[in-house]
Amino acid sequence: MGVAIIKYNAGNNFSVLCSLRRLGVEATVTDDADKIRRAEKVIFPGVGEASSAMSYLRATGLDQLIKSLQQPVLGICIGQQLLCRHSMEGDTECLGVFDAEVRRFPDFEGMKIPHMGWNTVSSMSPNGVITPETDNSFVYYVHSYYVPVCDLTTAVTDYIVPFSAAMRKDNFYSTQFHPEKSGDTGEAIIKTFLEL
Amino acid sequence: MLAKRIIPCLDVKDGKTVKGVNFVNFRDAGDPVALGKKYSDEGADELVYLDITASHEGRRTFVDLVTRVAENIKIPFTVGGGIGCVEDVERLLDAGADKVSVNSSALRNPHLIDDIASRFGSQVCVLAIDARFTDGDWRCYVNGGRVPTERHLLEWAKEGVMRGAGEILFTSMDHDGVKTGFACDVLSRLSDELSVPVIASGGAGACSHFYDVFTRGKADAALAAGIFHFNEIGIAGLKQYLYDRNINVRL
Repeated sequence: MGVAIIKYNAGNNFSVLCSLRRLGVEATVTDDADKIRRAEKVIFPGVGEASSAMSYLRATGLDQLIKSLQQPVLGICIGQQLLCRHSMEGDTECLGVFDAEVRRFPDFEGMKIPHMGWNTVSSMSPNGVITPETDNSFVYYVHSYYVPVCDLTTAVTDYIVPFSAAMRKDNFYSTQFHPEKSGDTGEAIIKTFLEL
Repeated sequence: MLAKRIIPCLDVKDGKTVKGVNFVNFRDAGDPVALGKKYSDEGADELVYLDITASHEGRRTFVDLVTRVAENIKIPFTVGGGIGCVEDVERLLDAGADKVSVNSSALRNPHLIDDIASRFGSQVCVLAIDARFTDGDWRCYVNGGRVPTERHLLEWAKEGVMRGAGEILFTSMDHDGVKTGFACDVLSRLSDELSVPVIASGGAGACSHFYDVFTRGKADAALAAGIFHFNEIGIAGLKQYLYDRNINVRL
């Protein structure tokens, strides 16, 4: 029961745990398959690099586990990217929950990479984690790779190109930004996910 | 559109916030967690905590402080000071820091940047550079700005980015604590020549200085300490000032 935060080699688990505690929610940071399977909600966080993260998930069997989860799952940042089919970062085969390809931001004059800082998120669909309350608010980003806008995109942010700020397929939700670092807006988005 | 960031910097010594004028003459500016939370509530976009303690016990106190910051503050924060190896970085990230900044240790051992970037990703690695305009060029200094090196600002910043630094935090020691504005000319050159975000530091004394550094100085973020600690400029008022002048900031 409760919330499980998946423990692996690319997580900023402690930050996610702290953000849940601020909401009064006690969560478990774990790589135990049974605990993850039994949790009401699962958060798949991430800060890091795709190929080493995927190697770790494969070596521990977490890759199969994550794909098989039935409860609401929230992938954050690289968690969103790892839910896709393939990432250009390290030419990595990913989990394939989202039929989408992760690309590197193209070089564009005057635009810095990584995309780092606060940018606005615009909802495209009421089915994701962005509500009217958080629509068009600033959220915090740090990333060099992005998922192009596709039919799974539920919210968009524009930086060099419009990209998937949030996605959803069935019970799998995700954000490219870091709700756990996005102040009051981020807190509201995490709350939306927890109340699903 | 990506917002320009306002970043208060908290120098921490023995668990307290201090701020120097030209890197000496410290004055007490309060509890670092309470101060950080106040800034976050007022609209700061990120925080930087610099550990200026030299002692071993002081270092351990700082790691505890990092954990308390992570527990209490819901915006990103960078920590720096005394980071000499990948293990130091790991300890601070595990304690809840989002990024680390390296300065003197990277100048002495540039491979440190490669090591941090390859292990934790470029987004974690902020290269802080203290420089002073000397003999017609910007020369880099180490040890809190006390010791000159042979390296020059632009070439060192470029090398740092090549090695994997995800951001450059440049402090002009000529401007630091003087409150007459940021070093906009050289900042704009840095921003033009680097592919990563540039954080401007040193010289903030008025709201107009922030406007200048985001326009003429082309900075992605601006950092300041004393003017915030001593309530000379409020963050909410500063951001409103910038917003009213068409600078994209998060309100």
